[in-house]
Amino acid sequence: MTISVEAVYAFMGIIGLLCSIYTFFDKSNSRRITSGLFYFIYALTLLFGKVIPPFYIGLMVIVMVLIVACGGLRKGRFREESTEAREERRQRLGSWLFLPALLIPVLTVVGSKLLANIKIGRLPLFDPANPTLVALGAACVIALIAALALTRDTPRTSIKECRRLLESIGWAVVLPQLLATLGTIFTKAGVGTVVTQITTKFIPEHSLFWAVLIYCVGMAVFTMIMGNAFAAFPVMTAGIAIPLLIQQFGADANQLAAIAMFAGYCGTLMTPMAANFNIVPAALLDLKDKNHVIRVQFPTALITLAVNVALMYFLIK
Amino acid sequence: MVLIGVVLIIVGFLLRFNPLVVVTVSALVTGLIGGLPIKELITQFGEAFTTNRYMSILIVTLPIVGLLERNGLQNQAAKLVSKIKAVTAGRIINIYLLIREIGAALGLNSIGGHPQTVRPLIAPMAEGAAEAKYGKLPQEERENIRAQAAAADNIGLFFGEDIFVAVGGILLMKGFFDQNHISADPILMALWGIPTAVCVFIIHSIRLYLFDKRLDRRLGQPKFLEAGQANETERKVER
Repeated sequence: MTISVEAVYAFMGIIGLLCSIYTFFDKSNSRRITSGLFYFIYALTLLFGKVIPPFYIGLMVIVMVLIVACGGLRKGRFREESTEAREERRQRLGSWLFLPALLIPVLTVVGSKLLANIKIGRLPLFDPANPTLVALGAACVIALIAALALTRDTPRTSIKECRRLLESIGWAVVLPQLLATLGTIFTKAGVGTVVTQITTKFIPEHSLFWAVLIYCVGMAVFTMIMGNAFAAFPVMTAGIAIPLLIQQFGADANQLAAIAMFAGYCGTLMTPMAANFNIVPAALLDLKDKNHVIRVQFPTALITLAVNVALMYFLIK
Repeated sequence: MVLIGVVLIIVGFLLRFNPLVVVTVSALVTGLIGGLPIKELITQFGEAFTTNRYMSILIVTLPIVGLLERNGLQNQAAKLVSKIKAVTAGRIINIYLLIREIGAALGLNSIGGHPQTVRPLIAPMAEGAAEAKYGKLPQEERENIRAQAAAADNIGLFFGEDIFVAVGGILLMKGFFDQNHISADPILMALWGIPTAVCVFIIHSIRLYLFDKRLDRRLGQPKFLEAGQANETERKVER
């Protein structure tokens, strides 16, 4: 039997479904029906993504976005648990509390590195297409069981707590997935080629420095637009690096690639389009300004970008 | 013409419309301009949404993190570090940056992450360290510390990751050069990532050091003075 990625998505979908039930019945939420519907539809797309025809998935996503656009997604008010009760449980469990938390990364690493090659009968245990994702899913199931056993809480409590977190993240939970969708559509519409055509116009002929500068900054800017350095790399490299830096100035492809990709990552640090790295964490950490993480990263990203330009220039020179 | 979608995104984000709405509108407009019929467009939209479900993987960690938080995990993390005198918020985050970057360089990407590590462990530890040093923190500084913790996770991951040979980025670049008949070696590509990886660690470590200094300036060190510690006179001289 193979544990496929689809099983992990189904697990996510079931979690979302159960959470949405609590949202539907949350009297403290003035928009409980539409809010519940948002999570309910989202959970269905996770759970049945492979079963429902794509056209209907598309429509469901548009309904979700409409709910958000009309202000239909609100947070419930949660009864703040008394700090004493929490403190009492903490004292009982002490540092054992770290165990399930640490089980997640440890088991994921073990699972994705060691168990990825294990086969039961003829079939691999983990979906070979994406063993890390499956390992993370499996690790979370084990960690959840450990956490339930340790805290002696019920699965119901766990779902309630999960809903608290999910609602505090809110619409941001869907954003990374939607941005990746946008990236796909951008690529199909040929946004990449247009951007390269524009950027290459800026390069004066026979200037190594300008070529390097535009290549690196272009990687960063394109990444900021697409939210993903992987989308920027082929486009910028085919447009600038191969004709100019490699063929004209004889640059080494390995050096170029390594540095250019990092220049792209500098862009990732500066854009809300990389939502799973920059916006979701802000929601997850209850930061008022959703761009707070980007603000913190900005100086480091800019300085590192400058370092990359200098490094590439001197290596080719 | 296709750049209208990009312009929509930039304008939408600048005007602070809800990103979910901005992104969807931009995707639909770009598709329509690109000449896709509406039914085909929505189909592709749905298909891409399904393919990219892996982006939302954080959901699987929420039931565990929520349960542990209910039982005081964050307080325990804060308590644990507050016992160590030498720790500061900046130093904790700096150590995490180092672990995250080296871990990623060894291919252990999954040792960190915002939902499973930063929110339940690193952010509370850093806040706990600051609280032990300065007493109760204003909300603004609390958020600054959390944002720093989240940023360190990203920076460590991004610049460590590409030093590991078998990672997506390196394989993508290798594949791209192969297609264009240019010889490239994954191991050399990974090695040439090291200078930048070291630089970014130094740059960000300096910034975290300055972050600590700024916290010192803003919040002072009331706790040490109250406790009347031995080196109080020394501090006065410094001022």
